[in-house]
Amino acid sequence: MNIVSFLRYIVEPGFFGSGPVHIALAVGTAVAVTSAVTGVFTVTRGQSFAGHSLADIATTGGSGAFLAGLNQFWGYLAFGAGAAAFMEMIGIQRRRGRDVATGVVLGAALGLAALFLYLGTQYSTTTGASFTILFGSIFVITPSTVPALIVSALLALATVIALARVLLLSSLSPDLAAARGVPVRAVGAAFLMALAVSVALSAMVIGAVLSTALLIGPAATALRVTKGPVRAAAVAAGIGVAATWLGILLAYDSYYWPPAGRGWPVSFFVVTLIVGGYLITYLRRPVTPAEPAPDAEHACSAL
Amino acid sequence: MFGPLMINTWIAATAVAVIAGVTGFFAVLRGATFAAHAIPNGAFAGAAGASLLGLNPFAGLAVFSLAGALGIAGLSRRARSDVATALTFVLMLGVGALFVSWSSGYAQEAYSLLFGEVFGVSADQVLPILILGAVCVAAIIVMFRPLMFSSALPEVAEARGVRARRMELAFLLVMALATSMTVPVVGALLMFSLMIGPAAAARSLTARPALAMALSVAIALVTVWAGIAISYQSDWPLGFFVGVIGAAFFLAGRAIAAISRSIRS
Repeated sequence: MNIVSFLRYIVEPGFFGSGPVHIALAVGTAVAVTSAVTGVFTVTRGQSFAGHSLADIATTGGSGAFLAGLNQFWGYLAFGAGAAAFMEMIGIQRRRGRDVATGVVLGAALGLAALFLYLGTQYSTTTGASFTILFGSIFVITPSTVPALIVSALLALATVIALARVLLLSSLSPDLAAARGVPVRAVGAAFLMALAVSVALSAMVIGAVLSTALLIGPAATALRVTKGPVRAAAVAAGIGVAATWLGILLAYDSYYWPPAGRGWPVSFFVVTLIVGGYLITYLRRPVTPAEPAPDAEHACSAL
Repeated sequence: MFGPLMINTWIAATAVAVIAGVTGFFAVLRGATFAAHAIPNGAFAGAAGASLLGLNPFAGLAVFSLAGALGIAGLSRRARSDVATALTFVLMLGVGALFVSWSSGYAQEAYSLLFGEVFGVSADQVLPILILGAVCVAAIIVMFRPLMFSSALPEVAEARGVRARRMELAFLLVMALATSMTVPVVGALLMFSLMIGPAAAARSLTARPALAMALSVAIALVTVWAGIAISYQSDWPLGFFVGVIGAAFFLAGRAIAAISRSIRS
């Protein structure tokens, strides 16, 4: 078997010629990189639940926009940012209290989601809509939203990178950060906003519920195999992009796979690849402590 | 509203509120709110798989919620628990998306599993919920002291021979058990709001454990009963009212706590 026919076997003919695939690859890359870099800080700060909740809440915005006949993109963004502000407002500084505050905001938002979806199905009988909002599909992005998607991804990424130094210091040692004059609260709020934007984006790409995978998975894996935030962010971005591309490729290939002959969902492939990657590092490195207590000064000097 | 068609709804909802109030109290105390969200929601993938194989959705829910509890507890051994929860959850949902894409015309059923069908409870659904509810509440009461101990003072509990990991696993398994029966009735999203809102409100009102737990059950009952009554009248989904009432109780609880603190000082 020569290389060309082997490649053709793996990459279904027409993969690189398909318009939806181009859009999916471009948007997927932007989202994977933003999520991965944001994710490193999310995991370090122990805010996985907030990251996931913002995705679910963005869903609510998506269904609200769907109901109002607007582009879902703005619904995602508005609700994500609003919830981030609200969480920061009622959030307590202790980690446990913060998770409870997140849970309450999430519970209220999910109630609203139930209402929006109910009203939506009352007016139009498209039952598939609620499903699309939850699980999303990277192959049905409207080309006109692509520039907005990529620009907001870059904005979120720029915010996180600009904040990186103070963010890291205030995550690892809030007292030290406060002593050095870092406005810990404001930095946390700015980060939560960037997180909301980044999560709203990935919610559009692999669905609100599964965007957690791109946010947490690559970052958690990277933090297991590397030391230092810069290297972790780079490795996480690499893992995120690789999983996204491979997921899109497999979903494209799976079009004729059994049992249904409709193609398997992208989200399934991306999630399986990401969690699989994490499990490999998890099983290979048995000596890492359960709660790493990194040295704040050292971690910051690595920047 | 109190006619024979609704009697099952009232009984089932009352049982669910008691289960949610009791398990939610510990979920809030232990900071396990993410797990409380992940187990019911992730379990829905199991129901999708069961319907694909033509099995009873309860079987799928039970298998997936137990697998979720084991996955979270297992991964937490060597990783942060929020990361472990997130990855277990995401994997379950990914598999769920696959199952749903395989079966045609599942979207409506998925909707009802996420948002519940509390007004369609049949008589033969009530008994299993009552039995399972009794088992969950009994398990929590039996474990009350060690669970309380390991939640509030983990280091001291460990020193006294209470195994933190075993308590964590036992608690997650109770949550999984509670989930598998309640999700088809009230939906995964509602089960979560009902576990967190009332318990968080109760916790901010009192620091005494037994009182807080009783208060958490009482608030959950009021939330669910009021929600059903308003939902019945307005025809809007119950999940909406439970979510909003739960959050309102939390905010009211925080406000009362703040006021009483400022009066005392």
